[in-house]
Amino acid sequence: MEAYLDHAATTPLRPEARDAMLPWLGGRHGNPSGMHGPAQTARRAVEEARDELAELLGCRPGDVIFTSGGTEADNLAVHGRSAAGPMACSSIEHHAVLEPVRAAGGRTLPVGADGVVDVGAVPADLRFLSVMLVNNEIGVVQPLAALRAAAPDAVLHTDAVQSVTWLDVGTAAAPADLVSISAHKFGGPQGVGALVARDGAGVTAQLLGGGQERERRSGTQNVAGIAGMAAALRACHDSRAATVARLAVLRDRLADGLLGMVPGSIETGDRAAKVAGICSVAFEDVDAEALLVLLDQQGVSGSAGASCASGALEASHVLAALGVPPSLGRGSLRLSLGWDTEEAEVDHALAAVPAAVARLRRYEP
Amino acid sequence: MKVLVAMSGGVDSSVAAALLLEQGHEVTGATMRLWGGPSDTGCCSVADVDDARRVAQQLGIDHFVFNFSAAFQAGVVDPYVDSHVGGHTPNPCVECNRTIKFDRFARRAEALGFDAIATGHHARVTTENGAWTLRRGVDAAKDQSYVLHMLDQAVLSRTLLPVGELTKADVRDRATAMGLRTAAKPDSQDVCFITRGGRAAFLADRVALTRGVLVDTVGEAVGHVPAIQLVTVGQRRGLGLGGGGEARYALAVDTAAGTVTVGQAADLAVDRLQVASMAWTDGAVEGRVLVQTSAHGQPRPATVEPSGAGVRVKLDAPARRVAPGQSVVLYDGDRVLGGGAAG
Repeated sequence: MEAYLDHAATTPLRPEARDAMLPWLGGRHGNPSGMHGPAQTARRAVEEARDELAELLGCRPGDVIFTSGGTEADNLAVHGRSAAGPMACSSIEHHAVLEPVRAAGGRTLPVGADGVVDVGAVPADLRFLSVMLVNNEIGVVQPLAALRAAAPDAVLHTDAVQSVTWLDVGTAAAPADLVSISAHKFGGPQGVGALVARDGAGVTAQLLGGGQERERRSGTQNVAGIAGMAAALRACHDSRAATVARLAVLRDRLADGLLGMVPGSIETGDRAAKVAGICSVAFEDVDAEALLVLLDQQGVSGSAGASCASGALEASHVLAALGVPPSLGRGSLRLSLGWDTEEAEVDHALAAVPAAVARLRRYEP
Repeated sequence: MKVLVAMSGGVDSSVAAALLLEQGHEVTGATMRLWGGPSDTGCCSVADVDDARRVAQQLGIDHFVFNFSAAFQAGVVDPYVDSHVGGHTPNPCVECNRTIKFDRFARRAEALGFDAIATGHHARVTTENGAWTLRRGVDAAKDQSYVLHMLDQAVLSRTLLPVGELTKADVRDRATAMGLRTAAKPDSQDVCFITRGGRAAFLADRVALTRGVLVDTVGEAVGHVPAIQLVTVGQRRGLGLGGGGEARYALAVDTAAGTVTVGQAADLAVDRLQVASMAWTDGAVEGRVLVQTSAHGQPRPATVEPSGAGVRVKLDAPARRVAPGQSVVLYDGDRVLGGGAAG
């Protein structure tokens, strides 16, 4: 039995996305910047995708900048705006925001034990603020409207990479001037994403070259990826209400089951503030690294914290920011559900995880 | 058997994994991240992990990375620094084998359901009548049994050292024949966690290095060294005592008093060694042994007798003093009997 419960790392490709990509992986080709017929066909695919994104993300087509993924979108947002003045991000941002903000001399803002950023700690003089819409490790939704009000003069960026499956980003990220998304987190392909730069929130290009994307991001567009992303977003949007309702029930069963069956376990982040598909827990006296290998042996794919360049697990900066003690933080586990998750997978994890934790506590206390 | 092989990204452990597969074992690879950041030099660098992972992929086996950096700091690096501070000469490879590879890693393997662990060390494990024996590797010049002397029956019974049956040249030939990308990789050198600036810079970053006064055997000051923590018993160079007269050597280092006693080569000679605590491969031994006091040192005939918690080793012929902290390893022919640190 296989239970793929790592959708927050990457999702299986949706069939709609695959169908939209296939023409560009075979019969059709053409550089969208060219003059001839094949080029115009490619350009049309890119612009139709842009229109689709604009409609579903609540912006104008010209606000959409296609990128190579979430990390590039985040870097473009931070570095493309960082000359403007005092900047900050939350202490639980993804490294794709945290590192460029640190590099630009920005500060980090505290979060509460519930995993929600402390709006009261936002300095009023900020000129750039980046807070993710949904945290990738604990799934907690951040209060963008309140942050917008707390930093009235700031350009507000939100990394919405983990949001698309669960929230209508067009509404939920409306307070933000800049919004990052990544296709492979919602059923699209890896290697493509977008930054939405709403009216006036101009960004300085970080990749210079042929001037594509209205001179905000040079480089030939990934036509297949862009077409796949738009199709995935549409499919995701159309099925969202049903998916969220179905997965919230499964997630609650998974989280409640684990917390009930495993002594010395806690939930990380406040469930009430979480999106539907993220089950994040931590077990006392367990090494997450060993837990993930044991679960893998049982066909359960999960994750914990962040990996360093070598592939080794590192302590989670998110759990540390929440005040989770290291004795629990080192035993964290994130099981993330997605569009194709089935009940049987959750049942399998509910059997495998408590057994693995018990084994590790016996052998590797 | 289900075997977890420790793959450093070097040629020996690459071939170890390949040999175990050939022998029909169910093999999984793992690389330990022990030290260092994302740099491309030194031990556990990203490049080494990449090499290990690519070899595992080439062999078609699973590969994991374990972050044991906290255990390495506590079990290897901190004791290394403390040893220097105490005026001793540590052997971090021995402590790494004791606390990391054959303890932390071995326990992880057991927890994950593996029957045995394997490494690329040049030594052999044999068994007869239910007893396990650690032996020298086939390639005398590459033998690493000295740094494995602490392995006891429980560990040996769950340890495979497949490349100990081969010479280093054979290992490289095998790797080349299989097209492994680590085939021509240079052997690792020196203390793996000290990469830039050497030992002095490494210690200076962590502790205060203090001046030491050199005194002769009658207590007369004859010079000084800038960092007493870096002086090793038996050392001649770097004491600032060159020039005329007979060469002089460090005979004893007392970091508390801040003095290094120096004397002539003859003063270094000893006919017995004291070992404070012993790790035995299969129970305590007395009587005739061969004793080896450095990684590739000459084995010398001696007689061993119990002494407190450790042993006293009486050498048949006087030999150069062993720096405190260095491993004293006892052999019977090519069999390791046990070992401990010189007092």
